[in-house]
Amino acid sequence: MTSQLFFQYLVAGITYGSIYAIVAIGFNIIYNTTGIINFAQGEFVMLGGMLAISLHSMLPLPLAIGLAVLITMLIGALIEIIFIRWLKSPSILRMIIITIGISILIREAALHVWGEGVRSLPYFNGNEITTIQLWGTNISPQVLWVISVCSIIVLLLSIFFKYTSLGQEMRACAANRLAATLCGISTKNMVTFSFMLSAGIGALAGCVVSPITYTQYDSGTGLAIKGFTVAVLGGLGNSMAAVAAGILLGIIEAFSVSVVPLAFQDAISIALLLLILFIRPHGLFGSKEAAGLKDF
Amino acid sequence: MLRIKNLEAGYGKLRVLKRISMHVDSGEIVTIIGANGAGKTTLLYTIAGIIKAGAGEIQLLGAPIIRTKPEKIVAAGCSLVPEGRQVFATLSVRENLILGGYVQYKRKKFQPDQELRFIYDIFPVLQDRESQLAGTLSGGEQQMLAMGRALMAKPQLIMLDEPSTGLAPLIVKNIFQIILKLRAAGNTVLLIEQNAKAALGIADRGYVLETGKIILQGPAEDLLVNKDVQRAYLGREVCNEGARCDLD
Repeated sequence: MTSQLFFQYLVAGITYGSIYAIVAIGFNIIYNTTGIINFAQGEFVMLGGMLAISLHSMLPLPLAIGLAVLITMLIGALIEIIFIRWLKSPSILRMIIITIGISILIREAALHVWGEGVRSLPYFNGNEITTIQLWGTNISPQVLWVISVCSIIVLLLSIFFKYTSLGQEMRACAANRLAATLCGISTKNMVTFSFMLSAGIGALAGCVVSPITYTQYDSGTGLAIKGFTVAVLGGLGNSMAAVAAGILLGIIEAFSVSVVPLAFQDAISIALLLLILFIRPHGLFGSKEAAGLKDF
Repeated sequence: MLRIKNLEAGYGKLRVLKRISMHVDSGEIVTIIGANGAGKTTLLYTIAGIIKAGAGEIQLLGAPIIRTKPEKIVAAGCSLVPEGRQVFATLSVRENLILGGYVQYKRKKFQPDQELRFIYDIFPVLQDRESQLAGTLSGGEQQMLAMGRALMAKPQLIMLDEPSTGLAPLIVKNIFQIILKLRAAGNTVLLIEQNAKAALGIADRGYVLETGKIILQGPAEDLLVNKDVQRAYLGREVCNEGARCDLD
């Protein structure tokens, strides 16, 4: 393998890996406040992309993306308020089945609204064939957009959780719901916020990745599976581990192309998911003790 | 301060509290003693709004708080320190305390440094541990942190659920001295304890709870010398001390 090819694979791996990481962080935010896996997370990514594409026909690109993210956040909040909030101490399984139902609902609604067509946002800079020379390889500027937007999301999220009072309240809710309630924090509102937040970052990821991967009514499903793999690989609930695991999975997938046919790419991540679930269900970076205390 | 009348509560169909009536006056330490499963924790959780009451009345400072959301009850001035040191393990000690002041900073009149100094005066060890994660503290320190966090809300009434559970005797003594200090500072305390002797030792009044009913009440000194209380909760065989005790 030439060094040029090596870098090409590496960059592709990091690009896809950061998208997986963002989807996984969306899983983790909701998992931390509710203890459930929101299987509609991939649909938020699809919705963000689709909404931005539709809005872009009327609005300039940045405005269309901003509005798409806001609308998706609103949809996230509505979903939580309509389907989750009123449940009285629901079982984990029941909530998970509800989120699967929601994901099917959103997908079918998207099919109804946007049809089966494959769409995409235009490249943010230049077009399909614009490239930048970096370490002897040709990189699309959109790749840099994906990587930098994902890094900024991770950075802003860690600042949000560490330094803002809302972020701390959400962490408190994740750490100990009973104690958070007894501090006067409305845990139900925190769950709504967590749905809004993960819908928002999912939608933003859906927008930046749309020019490269294209968006279709069912493109969320595949991303949700990859994101879930990454979340489990890193250890559920741990966002920094999700970034590492995401980039790891992205790179493994990218380099696998040089060994096995492209069609097997998805099989590799599923195989990895099964392997992890058998061998290290608490994830690569998670602690066994902590996993033992969780319901799920 | 707190007035409870004919309170009934439980879990689903299981009725744990059966027509409980009691009251706590301003500036008092009141203790509720009773065996495991008597309903002590259920009573505190019902007052705090975590468990919904089935029937009866609860008044805090003259206002009914039955069926009020737990976060509203905290804002109304009644904080619960739950059993088993429920701290935010993944947050620092300082962050834990600041979150305790949540209902205060929601009202925009919160000066964290001043409030923290007040807490550190009572629990100096927390200041040394300020930036440590709460999960790494010892059991006694976590109990102090949980109490400090509840105090950050500036409650009119602070309810403590078994603060001595699982702590070394020396630390238990320390905790009880702090409870006395809290009263001296003008706080009202409702204390639940299995360690009946220590609890009655510092309390003004006490209630004895048995299978969801209050079977005895009165000034703490009276309860301490009450023969039934001594036999059931202080582990003291009355007959060993009595002059006439034959094997009959």
